[in-house]
Amino acid sequence: MKGKDLRPVVRFLENNLIERIIAEARDIMCKLGIEIHNERILTLLADHGARVDKNTQKVFFNQSLIDKAIAATPHSFKLYDVLGNEAVDLSGFNVNFTPGSAAIYCLDGSTKTVRKPTTSDYIRYAKLMSRMKNIASQSTAMIPSDVHEKISDSYRLYLNLLYCEKPVVTGAFTIEALEIMKELQLAVRGTKENLKAKPLTVFSCCPTSPLKWSEVTSQNLIDCAAYSIPVEYIAMPLSGFMSPVTIVGTLVQHTAETLSGLVISQMFNPGTPVLYGGSPAFFDVRYETTPMGSIATMMIDCAYNEIGKYLSIPTQAYIGLTDAKSLDVQAGFETATGATLAALAGINNISGPGMIDFESCISLEKLVIDNEICGTMLRLVNGIEPKEDFPSLPIFEELLRDKHLLIADHTRKYFKEEDYLPGPVINRANRSRWEEDGSITEWDRATREIEKQLKSYQPTRLAENIQSDLIKLMSAEAHKFGMNELPKRD
Amino acid sequence: MDIIQELSEQLQQGNPKKAAELTQQAINENIDTKTILDQGLIAGMSVVGEKFKQHEIFLPDVLLAAKAMYAGMDLLKPLMLKEGIPTIGKVVIGTVQGDLHDIGKNLVAIMLKGAGFEVIDLGNDVSPEKFLDTAEKENADIIGMSALLTTTMPVMKKVIDLAKERQIFGKKKFIVGGAPLSTEYAKEIGADAYCFDGMSAVEAVKRFTSISS
Ligand code: B12
Repeated sequence: MKGKDLRPVVRFLENNLIERIIAEARDIMCKLGIEIHNERILTLLADHGARVDKNTQKVFFNQSLIDKAIAATPHSFKLYDVLGNEAVDLSGFNVNFTPGSAAIYCLDGSTKTVRKPTTSDYIRYAKLMSRMKNIASQSTAMIPSDVHEKISDSYRLYLNLLYCEKPVVTGAFTIEALEIMKELQLAVRGTKENLKAKPLTVFSCCPTSPLKWSEVTSQNLIDCAAYSIPVEYIAMPLSGFMSPVTIVGTLVQHTAETLSGLVISQMFNPGTPVLYGGSPAFFDVRYETTPMGSIATMMIDCAYNEIGKYLSIPTQAYIGLTDAKSLDVQAGFETATGATLAALAGINNISGPGMIDFESCISLEKLVIDNEICGTMLRLVNGIEPKEDFPSLPIFEELLRDKHLLIADHTRKYFKEEDYLPGPVINRANRSRWEEDGSITEWDRATREIEKQLKSYQPTRLAENIQSDLIKLMSAEAHKFGMNELPKRD
Repeated sequence: MDIIQELSEQLQQGNPKKAAELTQQAINENIDTKTILDQGLIAGMSVVGEKFKQHEIFLPDVLLAAKAMYAGMDLLKPLMLKEGIPTIGKVVIGTVQGDLHDIGKNLVAIMLKGAGFEVIDLGNDVSPEKFLDTAEKENADIIGMSALLTTTMPVMKKVIDLAKERQIFGKKKFIVGGAPLSTEYAKEIGADAYCFDGMSAVEAVKRFTSISS
């Protein structure tokens, strides 16, 4: 049997529990209804047979409408880089990593303190992302503070597209911002048809727990669907606070919120690609916070991913990040625990690398460490399979004859794939060698790695004329908000 | 145990029914309103706050105690009005325009109410005009603003600038909170305090209304 068939998988839910959770969620959607603050969507869903109360803005779904939406949802899709090459395969148990998104702060590598990011931080990030082998896509990871706030979401995407070829996981903060963010993508792909054929981005759209869609995020859903731009539904039930305290209760709510988004997208444009995602958290009743590093949070993530898989929809989660404020043991522990569980659960798009402090701060040092953690996980999910191991006698005869296997064909053929060799940030030297190399701490190894990778940066191969189109589009957008020029980019 | 102390105890236990009963009993026994308020309800809530900070009790316990506080307050309010005892402070609170994050703001509102303050919650997506119009109309002492997005945080400055224009700046205290906020930013825009959680908000409001905690 091939190893891939024996892929290691972690599961938290049995099928009959999944079915019960889905049934309860559907019951809530039909009987309690979902509040949707969007006239156009209320009309759309009413036209598709949902009962709509325009006064309370509540939509009462029905079973056949939900079935229709699930049936229309693609079972997989791919993302393509700016050049149009396939980069991310969101199907089956495939695992892909993408950095955490939309941080308010960055952890300054030289002062080790947090501050608001600027254009130059962002460019360093995008360049570095182009070098991170184990992180398949980039994200609009932080909010540059040196542009007008009205363009600070679209401006991120613009910089991503100019400095790194990887597809982008992103999101808009307003209805208007999505327009320019769509235009930027059209500039890269040329036509609406090309953009549909080769999706370049995924947009995060959040329902508001409990059981509600705001005007902005629901409009983002249909504006994306109009161009077949993939979305990820990011429901954030907070266990014990904005959702039941039990994991199962939270899953019921997450399912209802996510399926309601699914119906909106699929009724607006059947077949539009989506990720069954989320960013739930088990609310911390001591500190009033939403911990990403909580084991219950991670279990909820893995479990809703199982529900998504049961429905044959590709999945996403904010997992593999930490609530630590610095790059300490807590950071490593929470990140690796989350990344391990996510990988074993087969979450298709894992949003996390680089992020600390409750999704609020990006650290480039952490990004390069996490790149190695991601590499480790990508190895893990390949599992164990025989590789010319049977019959066993010949290799043991060789070992006994030559006293070692270091130069055996078998070794040379497989040593790179049997283990993942992390480094240079994760260090495996013995103490003497480590001391001889200068006793460099992990932080400093990370800093060096950043500088090394930035030195090896290769500019994007995106056509010059497309780059100037992007610049024109963004400059015009900035102009609308009184910025005569965009920040310098050197 | 004396009745005021028992009231404080029952409030700490998060027992709204008992808190109401004991408040009523105290009123019937002609204990003065201010004593019931200060030494019964508010004192009980201060203990709760302290225990919460020390992780001896958790947020649900605080909110239950807050419920007991409301139960007592509901009975005291008519008397306070009649006797001309001012409420300990009035707060207008909301999430700024363009921002839909209201979980943190709601929590702050509950905790302020629980500490005995009168709270007018304007919800989310609140315009600068609405903050100030309400604060003026209601004669509030404090305006609390929440923002969770870097893109909506500048609305707070607009509120304060408008307050300067209307010459009510300096007459009311402005407190701000939310993930992208900081003490520095609060200073920069002229706000009186930045609060990182519900308890720190209660402490700030107590400070501004000169109630010791
Ligand atoms: C839950 C959540 C949501 C929920 C909000 C539900 C609701 N009803 O509020 C939903 C899912 C709707 C949501 C939506 C979005 N969100 Co959001 N969200 C969060 C999250 C994970 C937690 C916030 C929270 O509720 N925390 C728990 C409460 C208890 O804590 P708190 O809000 O900080 O409040 C405490 C203190 O700050 C303080 N406080 C707060 N307000 C006030 C006010 C006063 C007066 C005082 C004294 C104190 C005070 O006391 C509170 C109690 O302890 C944060 C992450 C984070 N690190 O904060 C992201 C986050 C804020 N969201 C973010 C984003 C990007 C969005 C969206 C734009 C995503 C999208 N594309 O759809 C939309 C926003 C749309 C809009 N226009 O508003 C970003 C912001 C990025 C940025 N740079 O600005 C964050 C940081 C996450 C991230 N990195 O992506 N979100």
